[in-house]
Amino acid sequence: MTTMEAIAIIVGMFAVTFSVRFVLFAGAHKANIPGWLEGALKFVPVSVLTAIIAPMSLTDTQGLALELSNPWFVGALVALLTGLWFKRQLLTICLGVMAFFLVKLIVAL
Amino acid sequence: MTRWQDAKRGMVASIPMIIGGVPFGLLFGSLAAANGLSLGFAIAMSSIVFAGSAQFVALGLIAADAPLWIIVMTTFVVNLRHILYAADMLRYVKHLPLWLRGVMGFGLTDETYAAVRPMHDMGSVNLDNGHRVYVGSFLAFYLMWNLTTVLGALAGEYIPGISEWGLEFAMVATFIGIVTPYLKSVPYWGAFIVALVASVALRELPNNLGLIVATVLAVLTGFVLDRQKNGGGK
Repeated sequence: MTTMEAIAIIVGMFAVTFSVRFVLFAGAHKANIPGWLEGALKFVPVSVLTAIIAPMSLTDTQGLALELSNPWFVGALVALLTGLWFKRQLLTICLGVMAFFLVKLIVAL
Repeated sequence: MTRWQDAKRGMVASIPMIIGGVPFGLLFGSLAAANGLSLGFAIAMSSIVFAGSAQFVALGLIAADAPLWIIVMTTFVVNLRHILYAADMLRYVKHLPLWLRGVMGFGLTDETYAAVRPMHDMGSVNLDNGHRVYVGSFLAFYLMWNLTTVLGALAGEYIPGISEWGLEFAMVATFIGIVTPYLKSVPYWGAFIVALVASVALRELPNNLGLIVATVLAVLTGFVLDRQKNGGGK
């Protein structure tokens, strides 16, 4: 890769990445978001965060991995139940991470 | 509260995800070095492009000698989900000056969106201080991402197997901690279940497309259930 090619890659990747992130913000001062759209967008946080972590938690390279020997599955399950029950974020993270490493440790034995 | 205190709240809220991001940054730096890319190139990627998963995909494409337009188009598709975040954040940034919206756009990542956006729903930030908390979170991630990129590029081979330690699970647990407070009504549960099933079913689609399709399906599900509840019930 020549220096010119390297610069072109960086500039090109920056241009599309920043455009996607900024294009709506750029016109935000005059944007008028219709009520129905706002009603739909409020589901984005739950939807996208779940869609990012579900495949990591529920599958491995073989496919579905809903077993007690899968630290990702057990950790996520413990975190989910803790979050639903106690509604305390820090506790959810701590118990989930502890369960994850506990299973990892046991499986490694 | 002062600017600094607000920014610090954003940083503190991001700590678990920063820990989760460390192995990725180290891995990116060491992979760049392993692929024969210069330290300067790795730093330019992390500091100018600043897009975790797209950077990994680009490394693969560069290694495969893909043409420039493929690298750029793939980056575009991989980052497309951010437009949903921007749309959702619009109402919290529209009163801010353009330069600040520019900074916030540059720093719009999965993690900062995840850390700060729900605070608006939970009432822990408002239109006066939300952007400061956001910038604090962004700067913390930016610092971590660039430091770990350099460290990984310089010393990647001295930290064997860090990508297998499972530090990334901190991000999973944090996201669950963010999602669960929302799960109080049928529409949110509907969105959650559809996102879960669809993202697993579509995980083999290339370039994060499964993630985008699953997200859109889940948002639509929540929206329709919400309409039915409010339309028929009252």
